[in-house]
Amino acid sequence: MAIPIVTVKDFRKQYGSFTAVDGISFEIHEGEIFGLLGPNGAGKTSTLECLEGLRKPDGGSLQIAGLDPAADSQKLRNLIGVQLQAAGLPESITPREAMRLFCSYHNVAPRFDLLERLGISEKSQTQFYELSAGQQRRLVLALAVAHDPKVLFLDEPTAGLDVASRVELHSLMEELQAKGTTILLATHDMAEAEDMSDRVAILLKGKLAAIGTPMQITATGAGLTRISIHTECDSLLHPVITFPSVQHFKVEEQYIIYFSQNVGVTLAEIIASINVHKDTIIDLRVERPSLEDRFLEITSRGGVR
Amino acid sequence: MKAFMNHLAFEFGTGVRNKNLLLMNYLFPLGFYLLMGFIMPAINPPFRETLIPAMVVFAILSAAMLGIPDPLVNARENGIFRSYKINGVPALSILVIPVITTTLHLLIIAFIITLSAPLLFAVTYPVDLSGFILTFIAMAMASCGTAVLIGVVASSSRMTVLWSQLIFVPSILLGGVMIPYSMLPGVANKLSQILPATHAMNAFRGLAIGLPADFSAWGSIIILVLTGIFGFGLALFLFSWDSRNTRRRGPTWLAFLVLLPSIAGMFFLG
Repeated sequence: MAIPIVTVKDFRKQYGSFTAVDGISFEIHEGEIFGLLGPNGAGKTSTLECLEGLRKPDGGSLQIAGLDPAADSQKLRNLIGVQLQAAGLPESITPREAMRLFCSYHNVAPRFDLLERLGISEKSQTQFYELSAGQQRRLVLALAVAHDPKVLFLDEPTAGLDVASRVELHSLMEELQAKGTTILLATHDMAEAEDMSDRVAILLKGKLAAIGTPMQITATGAGLTRISIHTECDSLLHPVITFPSVQHFKVEEQYIIYFSQNVGVTLAEIIASINVHKDTIIDLRVERPSLEDRFLEITSRGGVR
Repeated sequence: MKAFMNHLAFEFGTGVRNKNLLLMNYLFPLGFYLLMGFIMPAINPPFRETLIPAMVVFAILSAAMLGIPDPLVNARENGIFRSYKINGVPALSILVIPVITTTLHLLIIAFIITLSAPLLFAVTYPVDLSGFILTFIAMAMASCGTAVLIGVVASSSRMTVLWSQLIFVPSILLGGVMIPYSMLPGVANKLSQILPATHAMNAFRGLAIGLPADFSAWGSIIILVLTGIFGFGLALFLFSWDSRNTRRRGPTWLAFLVLLPSIAGMFFLG
C-alpha cells in the first residue's frame, strides 16, 4: 500500500478577502512524482509556499513526513529540497561557492559532481548574474537536490532550459525517484507533466478540479480522439467530406483533422471514402486526447465536471 | 559554525567583488581621504589634528550607511531571504554577517588611513591607540547597527537611499568631520548630538588624539554602543523573510527607537 509522505487536508489560504486556496485535500505518496497543474492564480504557488514553510495556512492542515511545515520548519529543512521559480541567489555568488554554502547549512559535503552533471562545472567560478537563465536554473536545481532531500519541490523546473538540459533534468528526476525521492512538480508544461508524473492534480480558482493519473484524467474528459489525414488527391478536402461518427473537424494546411469518440468507425468511414475516390493515404495519425486537451477543457469550462 | 564561516567568507569576498560595495568600502573613502588630505590642511591647518579620525569616521559612514542597507533590501526583494530560509540559513546570520564583514573591511581602511596619513600629510599618529580602537569599534557598532536596521525596515531601494542619506549627509556636515563641533551654532550644536559621527569625533578627541573632548567622551562611547545594540536588536525583531516585506513582528515605527540613546545623550551630556 502506498505510504503518504505529503498530506494536504482542507487546506485554505487567504490574502485579505481574496481566497487563493479554498479547502483542497490530497496526498502524495512516497517515491511518487506528483504534478501540480493550474493556470496562473489557481493557487499552486500558495500551496507550494505553505508546504515549503514560507507561508502559514489559514485553515486545514499540511504535513510532510509527519511534520507541520509552519511549526517544524527547522526540522523540515533537511527533509525537503526546493527549486524556487525565482532564482533567489546573491548575484555575485559563484556556483562553487553556492554549493559549498548551501551544503554546509544542510551539514553535508558539497556535491560538486552535480555541477558537472547539470553542465555548469565550466562556469563554477562565474558569478551568478553572469550565468544564462538556463544555467541559473540548473544551479538552483543542483542546490535543491545536493542534500538528498526526501521530498523535492520543483517550480517550473524546465522554464528557460534548452532541449538537452530538459532531457538531463528529466533523467535526474527519474534517478531521484528510483532512489525513493518524492517529487512535487509544479509546471505549465503539460507534456512534461504527462510524461513525468505518476499522478497529477489540476487546481482551478483555488479548488481541486481533477486528480489522478494522467491516463485517468484524460479518460474522464470528452475523450475526442484526433485523426489527422493527408491524401494524395486531397479527396477529403475538395470538397470537405465529414462523417456521421465525427464530432467536429478542422483543416490545417493539407491535413484534415477529425475529432471522434468512436475511432474505429471513423477510420473505417475515412478509408471507405478514400477508396471510393481512388485516392491514396500519404500520412495518417491517430492521437488520443492529451493531458493538455483535458486541461484546456477543464480550465475553459471553469470548474469540475 | 562551518556554515557560518563559509557564509562569512563568501560575504567578505563580495565586499571586494561587488562593484558597488568596493566603491563604498574602499574607493569612495580612500578617494575622499586623499582629496581632503591634500586640500584641507592647506586651507585649514588645525584640520591636520583631526584628519585621521575624521576620515575613519567618513569611511565607517560610507561603508555602513551606503554599503549595508541596499544589498539587504535587494536580497529580500529578489527572494534570496526565502531561498536562505528554505535552506536553513538563520535570520541572525543574514544580519550579523554583513556587520562583521563590513567591520573587517573598515579595519583595513582604518589601518591604511592611520598608517599613511602621517607619511602623506604630515599629521601625527593617535596618541592613545587603545582609545582609538575603542572609539573605532563603538562607531562601527553604532553605524552598522543603524544601517542593518535601515536595510530591514526600508520598503524599497529608493527608501534605503533616502534613509541612509538622511544620516550620512548631516553626519559629514554637522558631525565634526568637516566642521568642529565647537564651531557649530547653538541649536545645530545640540541637534548634532543625535548623530553617531558627533559622538565618534568627540570620543576620538577625548580618548585617542590628545585633544579636549567637547563633552563626556565616555558618555559618547556608551551612546555609540547602545545605538549599535538598539539598532541590531530592533533589526532582528523587525526582520521579515517575506520578499514583499509585509509581515513582521512589529510596526516599522519601532525603528525610531534606535535614536533613544542619542536623544537621552542630548539631555545628559551637556
